[in-house]
Amino acid sequence: MTFAGSLVSAAESGEGFVSPGPSSFDLPAAFSVAGFGVTKPMLQLVLAAALVFFFFYAAARQRSMVPGKLQFVGESAYGFVRNSIARDIIGSRDFMRFVPYLLALFFFILLNNFFGSIPFIQFPTFSRAGMVYALAGLSWVIYNVAGIRRHGFIGYLKLQTVPAGIHGAMLLLLVPLEFLSNIVVRPVTLALRLFANMLAGHLLILLFALGGEYLLVHGAGLIKPVGILAWLLFIAISFLELLVQFLQAYVFVLLNAMYISGALAEEH
Amino acid sequence: MNGDINGSLNMIGYGLAAIGPGVGIGLIFAAYINGVARQPEAQGRLQAIAILGFALAEALAIIGIALAFVLS
Repeated sequence: MTFAGSLVSAAESGEGFVSPGPSSFDLPAAFSVAGFGVTKPMLQLVLAAALVFFFFYAAARQRSMVPGKLQFVGESAYGFVRNSIARDIIGSRDFMRFVPYLLALFFFILLNNFFGSIPFIQFPTFSRAGMVYALAGLSWVIYNVAGIRRHGFIGYLKLQTVPAGIHGAMLLLLVPLEFLSNIVVRPVTLALRLFANMLAGHLLILLFALGGEYLLVHGAGLIKPVGILAWLLFIAISFLELLVQFLQAYVFVLLNAMYISGALAEEH
Repeated sequence: MNGDINGSLNMIGYGLAAIGPGVGIGLIFAAYINGVARQPEAQGRLQAIAILGFALAEALAIIGIALAFVLS
């Protein structure tokens, strides 16, 4: 029997493969608090915040001149965000004000992303779109307020929407375009990048795992080894997902730093 | 057997959308490799820029696959 034939007969017998889709991300409420359902992603957010806080609190508590192991790890982590992201992008004059936000943001997003790979949790929190848009909204508020405080409202708008060296009628075309691109679209793409990466990665993993299981159980004869191949790819994609999770957290914070630096930039 | 082809226009859309980012990422890393080949000491500084460019270009392909699934 052909490959398609065997699968078709399986479908006709009512055991067709149900492919994972966006509905796989709608997790049911674990329990209710005052009529408001609390789902696993919500608990993961709280867990990630608590873990990040306690890690840095414990690492910074001793404050000894010669650091022990935990303090060294904490200092390296802090130094990574402070030096290579904040100071190099925002510049040595203004960067210290934003380091707490960027540091917390980076490790919060990193841990939430890694929840997609950690056993027994295995759900990347930011595959739920609403949570990402909240972070993007906060970033939007921060870089706009930083710019408005530095330049004043009109001056900040001029900085963002009027490119250098453009006069006259071209402004009529460019100003709305730049306004849309710098003020309206930026938080959307920031959020969409992180959300879509987490969604697509988790969906791929689900597809290989569930597809492999279906092929192994319902495939006829020679098709069963294809299920094993699907599971090998599942393992390979999981490693790729680790890389993507780190990269997306890094890029989110890097872009935040670049937007803040652009908002604080000197007049043309 | 019937000659029906059932498919999803979403997936065709995703396939088309993935052409641009594929070319873009190839160009970005070609530039990175060229830069490191000319001046190996610059690898650290160029790497951050390459990763940033990669993420920006990849975002379009990822938005394509995500919207292909989400929009019905």
